[in-house]
Amino acid sequence: MEYGLDLEYSFNEFLKGFGLSSEIAHIIWLPLPMLLVLVAAVVGVLVTVWLERKISAAAQQRIGPEYAGALGVLQPIADGLKLLVKEDIIPAKADGILFTAGPILVLVPVILSWLIVPFGQNLLISNVGIGIFLWIALSSIQPIGLLMSGYASNNKYSLLGGLRAAAQSISYEIPLALSVLAIVLMTNSLSTIDIVNQQSGAGILSWNIWRQPVGFIVFWICALAECERLPFDLPEAEEELVAGYQTEYAGMKFALFYLGSYINLILSALLVSILYLGGWGFPIPVEVIAKFLNLPINAPFIQVFTASIGIVMTVLKAYLLVFIAILLRWTTPRVRIDQLLDLGWKFLLPISLANLLITAGLKLAFPQFFGG
Amino acid sequence: MSIAITTQFICFTVLSLVVIIGALGVVLLESIVYSAFLLGGVFMSVAGLYLLLNASFVAAAQVLVYVGAVNVLIIFAIMLVNKKEDLKPINDIKSRRIISTLICLTLLSLLIRVDLTNVWNVASPQNSIGEESTIRIGEHLFSDYLLPFEVASVLLLMAMIGAIVLARRDVMSRDISTGLPVDQELIEKSSEPLLTNKN
Repeated sequence: MEYGLDLEYSFNEFLKGFGLSSEIAHIIWLPLPMLLVLVAAVVGVLVTVWLERKISAAAQQRIGPEYAGALGVLQPIADGLKLLVKEDIIPAKADGILFTAGPILVLVPVILSWLIVPFGQNLLISNVGIGIFLWIALSSIQPIGLLMSGYASNNKYSLLGGLRAAAQSISYEIPLALSVLAIVLMTNSLSTIDIVNQQSGAGILSWNIWRQPVGFIVFWICALAECERLPFDLPEAEEELVAGYQTEYAGMKFALFYLGSYINLILSALLVSILYLGGWGFPIPVEVIAKFLNLPINAPFIQVFTASIGIVMTVLKAYLLVFIAILLRWTTPRVRIDQLLDLGWKFLLPISLANLLITAGLKLAFPQFFGG
Repeated sequence: MSIAITTQFICFTVLSLVVIIGALGVVLLESIVYSAFLLGGVFMSVAGLYLLLNASFVAAAQVLVYVGAVNVLIIFAIMLVNKKEDLKPINDIKSRRIISTLICLTLLSLLIRVDLTNVWNVASPQNSIGEESTIRIGEHLFSDYLLPFEVASVLLLMAMIGAIVLARRDVMSRDISTGLPVDQELIEKSSEPLLTNKN
């Protein structure tokens, strides 16, 4: 199965050509994928913000941003610049250190989680063995940042918003982890690469969504709740809590929250597409296309084609999900806090537990379909 | 010294410093909120030490359980009952502090003695299992460590039921410590009916 471009290997060989040792080449290589992913994440956020503005406008029969660039594509950049040059205010009675550390603690785990997002066989920063578990562990740090900023603001709306955010995040992490566990059970591995490869057998037919329909829905609901997207945006419910834990924030610190929530949305969409929609896989397997074109699977053309189609497919699937999330945001009402916790603990948790149990049973009964 | 070893050494030094200073801060700081947040930092650095030891699964589990669950719960509890009340001054605080310091120092010396006398079975880098460790942990949990694993789950269940019983005041009619009948009213003040009683 080891095909696809290995950029790291080629880059290191290229540098060794100039007489550098492999260690130095490795050190020069290290920051490149990180920078690339950071840029990709920020560009992804800009695109999502633009989409959010345009789709919300369409849902409300408005035009939306129009004058900044063609169709308003420069509007998110203008938003970002505005936030960058705004005055950085720390309220007089707030706790300065915690107030500053809060947004950082919210943003950093989200960006770190991009470590495991694969765009192709070798197109990810690090194929760590604990893969998807790393993401679950990292996303559990976020509530601390939320509580911290809620507390440090010294404002009752902020504190309430922070508490709500933490409660919501903790409640939905459990069904989320359980539905991931069902996938891991079928894959026999935690690595995101293995999870995608396990789905690549027969194109669209072998995607996990057909074998884990319940898991897919539970995961999507929980991912929306973790991102605080609208059916579940209680922590910052503008009409009730002013803006929750973000109330006292301005300028770049607010922008960090903003960035964090959008990067998290894109990350969740990417992970849904990796776990359930075949990741970088094309609906028709590449092997079939190669056979159709009478080319060997290792031909350079097929390799470049595979890599580029991998990136395109991952991004396409992720943005399809982002589109659904945005549409949900502008068409559904908000749930109450008790409904939210009821849904999480009394509905999603039992369902995801049953799903895990059934998956384990099916794996024993039909090992060829459910990963023996 | 190769670059990898140097990086490892720098990481180890930074992480150990953070663990030690953070832990001292947890104990010595006056503000309980700062202590709780510093505790999270200490847990994170311990996870970093596990990573340096090639135990990535244990590191992630440490973050998930200690930072994501235990520490969040502690902070949550502190913020829910963050009443501004003056603590009663304890009259013999100085002698208490001296005694607790002595006990802590004794424990520390015991640990150092164990560290120095015990012969540690250190695996060489070639023999370390690395990514395989997840599978090994699973095998052990379901074979020779099965009983402790199951007993731990029963213990957690007991703690959970106990917490629910304590939290729901309609279960018990009398206070455990004082024996007085429990106030069954809600803690919040009774809300004024808004629309009735007008005119």
